[in-house]
Amino acid sequence: MKQKLAVPVLLFALLAVVMTLVQFEVIDLYIQTIILFIGINIIISSSLNLVNGHMGEFSCGHAGFIAVGAYVSSVLSVALFAQDRIFGAPLLPPQYTVYAFPVILVIGGLAAAFAGLLVALPSFRTRGDYLAIITIAANYIIITVIINIDKIGGARGFMGMKRVVFAMEDTAAIPWMVLWVFLFTILSIIAIRRFVSSTYGKGIIAIQQDEVAAEIMSVNTNKMKLIAFMLSSGLAGIAGGLYAHVIGYVNPKSFDILKSTEALVMVYLGGMGSITGSILSAVLFTLLLELLRPLQIIKWIVIPLLLIILMQFRPEGIMGNRELVDIFPKLKKFYRFK
Amino acid sequence: MTVLKITALTQYFSGLCALDNFNVELRAGELVGLIGPNGAGKTTVFNLVSGFYRPTSGEINFLGRSLVGLKPHQVTIHGVARTFQNIRLWNEMTVMDNIRLAHHGNLQYNLRDLFFRTRRYAEREKEIYQRAWHLLEVFNLADHAEEKPKNLPYGMQRKVEIVRALSSEPKLLLLDEPAAGLTSKDTVELIELIKWIHRHFETTIWMIEHQMKVVMSLCSRITVIDFGKTIAEGTPEEIRNHPEVIRAYLGDDQI
Repeated sequence: MKQKLAVPVLLFALLAVVMTLVQFEVIDLYIQTIILFIGINIIISSSLNLVNGHMGEFSCGHAGFIAVGAYVSSVLSVALFAQDRIFGAPLLPPQYTVYAFPVILVIGGLAAAFAGLLVALPSFRTRGDYLAIITIAANYIIITVIINIDKIGGARGFMGMKRVVFAMEDTAAIPWMVLWVFLFTILSIIAIRRFVSSTYGKGIIAIQQDEVAAEIMSVNTNKMKLIAFMLSSGLAGIAGGLYAHVIGYVNPKSFDILKSTEALVMVYLGGMGSITGSILSAVLFTLLLELLRPLQIIKWIVIPLLLIILMQFRPEGIMGNRELVDIFPKLKKFYRFK
Repeated sequence: MTVLKITALTQYFSGLCALDNFNVELRAGELVGLIGPNGAGKTTVFNLVSGFYRPTSGEINFLGRSLVGLKPHQVTIHGVARTFQNIRLWNEMTVMDNIRLAHHGNLQYNLRDLFFRTRRYAEREKEIYQRAWHLLEVFNLADHAEEKPKNLPYGMQRKVEIVRALSSEPKLLLLDEPAAGLTSKDTVELIELIKWIHRHFETTIWMIEHQMKVVMSLCSRITVIDFGKTIAEGTPEEIRNHPEVIRAYLGDDQI
């Protein structure tokens, strides 16, 4: 029983250490942002992995759903809690921010899940390449819609979320965003893990391996695809909300096909259908992006090159479709993969 | 009691008649065969019953309820399970998970139970696990529960597929050429297995088979089709000596 607590204790210790370091400004804002990006990227890669890895479909427009979540939660939080040029005076007093923020994030996630439903309904009638094309198109439609809504800044972008974060820090002077990113990353992983380890969620793995067999063994394949896609895009929306509040500024350009590609790269780097692989690759990829920053534009030659090398020598990604416990069975003592 | 009653079932594939006015009646507990030369339309009949195609015309009545227009997963939930000519197991999942997933259509818990791991979820998953485990033990597959099907010998894969179909507790089991690709030793074992299932499970079995030995030793009644048309019906003895059947299998000039 004691050993089962190892993972929660470790995670809590990690959170405490990071929050203390940030609180007493031992690590600067740059390092802090990288740490937060790692968390956000973990949500992005593991949620995309649900569709592309576990279910074996090929969605290429993940950034579109990140954008929906980012904009919906940003507009909500700014309208409710910040003095804004368009939305005017805050509708609620600032001390409510702390309680309302997770709700706002979840609403952003629900909006993204709804967008996911709208994309999935027509597109899952097709398969393979067609789904890829439709999701890319959906990504562009979402961005174009945002650019054309002048109220939320259009192509100039939307800001004011920093004031919401400040409102939280006024209520209690702790690094709130570290806490939220950490919390939602853990919750997302738990949600995905619970989904794919249940008999119900295994239905999408059955779809990936043999859709005809899945259908004949009583899996409602159409419904399962919709649910998995909505869960995936919903979590992407939450990641978007967190991203918007960490940066304090969103711009439609930052959710274009390049962002979707980054998400895809993380999934393939980590291994299709491996949650621990997605976590690992999100950490590695985020760090790699930052380490190679001095190379400036050459970075975008080096990273694709690394990807080509990876595909040449280890096309199944770092973990393949295995989890960490499959490789190190001794870890089973510390947590059950359920 | 009639389990399955098919009347005037006809299927056209863009002008080509794959099945013409097919009729059959299966009573509870029967083991019935469906035979015919290659391309006769046998698998088409199974695909129509299990909902992969919507028939051009005709009626499929299962336990007093029409199956026409239902999706394959709905047909399975109503109690019809099937296997495939080319084994279709989920190869990257363990044998255990393959068996467990047959309960997908009857989980009795919702997404809230799943995410919050409620008691209902835990109890139901445990029950499914125990049932699957029991079934694996009954069929001597328990030692292979954590293996992946692709690593098992072919004959055993066939067995796992039949067990998977059975685990959804069907009232009608459709076996599409269960002996296809088996060695003669495996075929003998398969015949024993099907006999055993027929004795111990409350399920009606309808099987397509090419190997006469298998059909003749298992089925009490046989339907023969050729080019989509029913050419004979009767007991194995009657079928063996039926001139139309001999003609279909051996060709005209042999007679």
